[in-house]
Amino acid sequence: MKGSARLATDVLTPERSRARHSTLGGAQVSGRVLIYGALILWAFISLFPIYWTVTTSFKVAVDVTQGHLIPWLDFQPDWKGWRSLGLSPDTIFETSTVREEFVKRFENSILMSVGASMLAIVIGSLAGYGLRRFEYKFGPWRNRDISFFFLSQLILPPVVLAMPFLVLYKELALLDTRVGLILVYTLMVLPIVIWIMHDQFGAIPKELEEAARVDGLTDWGVFLRIVVPLSVPGMAAAFILSVVLCWNEYFFAALLTSTDAKTLPVMVASQTGSQGINWWSMAALSTAAIAPLAIIGVFLERYIVKGLTAGAVK
Amino acid sequence: MVESSPPVDQGYEVAPHRISAGRKSLGRALIVLASIIFAALLLFQCLYATDAIAFGFENWRPVLYAYLLWTVALGAGLVMIRGERGERALFLLPAVLFTVAMVIFPTFFGLYIAFTNWNLSSFAGRQFNGLDNVRALLQDPYFWNALGNMVYYVLAVLAQYAIAFGLALLLNAEIRARKFFRVVFLLPFMLSPVAVSWMIGKSIMEYRFGPAATLARFLGWDSPAFFTSPWIARLSIMAMDAWVSIPFVMILLLAGLQALPRDILEAAKVDGASAWQTFWRVTFPLMLPVSVTAVVLRIIFELKLADIVINVTSGGPGGATDTVSSFIYREYRDRSNVGYGTMLAEFYLVIIIVFVTVLLSLVTRWMRRVTASR
Repeated sequence: MKGSARLATDVLTPERSRARHSTLGGAQVSGRVLIYGALILWAFISLFPIYWTVTTSFKVAVDVTQGHLIPWLDFQPDWKGWRSLGLSPDTIFETSTVREEFVKRFENSILMSVGASMLAIVIGSLAGYGLRRFEYKFGPWRNRDISFFFLSQLILPPVVLAMPFLVLYKELALLDTRVGLILVYTLMVLPIVIWIMHDQFGAIPKELEEAARVDGLTDWGVFLRIVVPLSVPGMAAAFILSVVLCWNEYFFAALLTSTDAKTLPVMVASQTGSQGINWWSMAALSTAAIAPLAIIGVFLERYIVKGLTAGAVK
Repeated sequence: MVESSPPVDQGYEVAPHRISAGRKSLGRALIVLASIIFAALLLFQCLYATDAIAFGFENWRPVLYAYLLWTVALGAGLVMIRGERGERALFLLPAVLFTVAMVIFPTFFGLYIAFTNWNLSSFAGRQFNGLDNVRALLQDPYFWNALGNMVYYVLAVLAQYAIAFGLALLLNAEIRARKFFRVVFLLPFMLSPVAVSWMIGKSIMEYRFGPAATLARFLGWDSPAFFTSPWIARLSIMAMDAWVSIPFVMILLLAGLQALPRDILEAAKVDGASAWQTFWRVTFPLMLPVSVTAVVLRIIFELKLADIVINVTSGGPGGATDTVSSFIYREYRDRSNVGYGTMLAEFYLVIIIVFVTVLLSLVTRWMRRVTASR
């Protein structure tokens, strides 16, 4: 995995480790034990629920009730949970209504989080660039006020919009449609995208843009030909963070969808109540729901960190 | 709408192109025409909806298309009237028009709903009921209980901050496998709160077979029920919420730690300050701006807490874990009470705006005093 591949670069350089060895006293040894102990403890806290969920999806009833933890040692892994989803090796080629339902929700989740994130990147990049480079005036409002207006949308709790949306979407025939939910999710991530992109565009040297302008490019020419290619990493960070936020969204999806546009979190939530002790299938469903994000988290962690820290640290 | 003024220090000089009078008036005509079409369609559909006229569209979708058409015409018109300044306005216009359509309009529409007795399951339809909803709200013990719980949840952010600071310090120390630990520590943030509700709330903390219950029994707690007594249930929800959101605070603080000027820390070491002294006298004060950003952002997000509560406890036992969002959610889901629910939400919005404004101004003033005294 990538984590272990990167370990090599993190290992201390020879000089530094030699310097440390020569000064290692008793207090420092216990200090290091404490540091690594704390690190491992928190790594355990972070990983155990994920480990538990993944292993539980391979358990049968008796392994659940007896609290077996380690596969092959404690219990014999079984495809039971995955079979109930229609995703185990022996059922994957048979027709399964549960799997059809799951695949549909999965598709919805992907489509909506990617669609909303792309829309937000387009609108948000334009606004972020405009606010960074040009002076606007709208009545008494200047750039600062307009930026604050966008950022203040973060305060708005979903409940305030949920019910007006419910009524409006019903009138607009957008209830339970993918487009409707994409619009809501775009709205949800737009302030964050504008914030990240505003920060990103500030890092592009102004001289470069001025040179392009001297060469006869218009504002839009400069933006499309010079600025956009340079800010692809920033856009990737904003995009990935948006996808994560949209994928996990539950509140709007639960209220505004019923059959067609239901997303994965809504499916997971609707199963929790009904399944009772049927832990293996819940665990399989949860595993499938979090797997894409866990993969993103492992491989694209640096983009997420970049997105989260944009503008927060000066 | 949005105009761009002559650039002062930030932008570039606008080349003084002369725009012909014909082009200007054509642009104006375009905007006026689009506005008339939009207004006419709106009026037409309003009349149809109130049964004043017999024919109309099946739903309001055409009005939405008319709005889209109007935005395009507005953009094109602005370019025609103002030339390059109009083109600059086009950068900002999509975001502004989108936000206005999706936030400002629904919020005001919500204000209208809030003063009706609109219940989706009743056949009587909606009627204005004046201040009835406000009166009901003031006497609703469940709402005030949920609002009281929010105080505890917001206070829990401080605990999240303390733990996150510790983790950020650990990751910033000279350790091996830093990248591995960073990825692992970030993982909970990536997981959907709904999945977490099941993974932790409904299975690990399950009182019969859950590993947390087993551990608690092993440690001597005979009947480990995490969601039956009010305070333990509240703490359990807080723990789950912390599990998901600590990584967010941690990442911000870690970035802040890495941006600290190395020479000051070195100087403290040379002066013989202990690690403890260095932290409280140097690191912590230098980290204040980042800390404030992280905590304020977390508080703002904490005020929206709902998913975990809805899926694990539904506000129980006896409303001990209820948040305002989850309470309003049930008000709609179980009772279809759109009018009253919206009133609660709008009232909550006012409280949040006041609270965050006061918080921000207090924090700004406090920061100014702290930095001035240094």
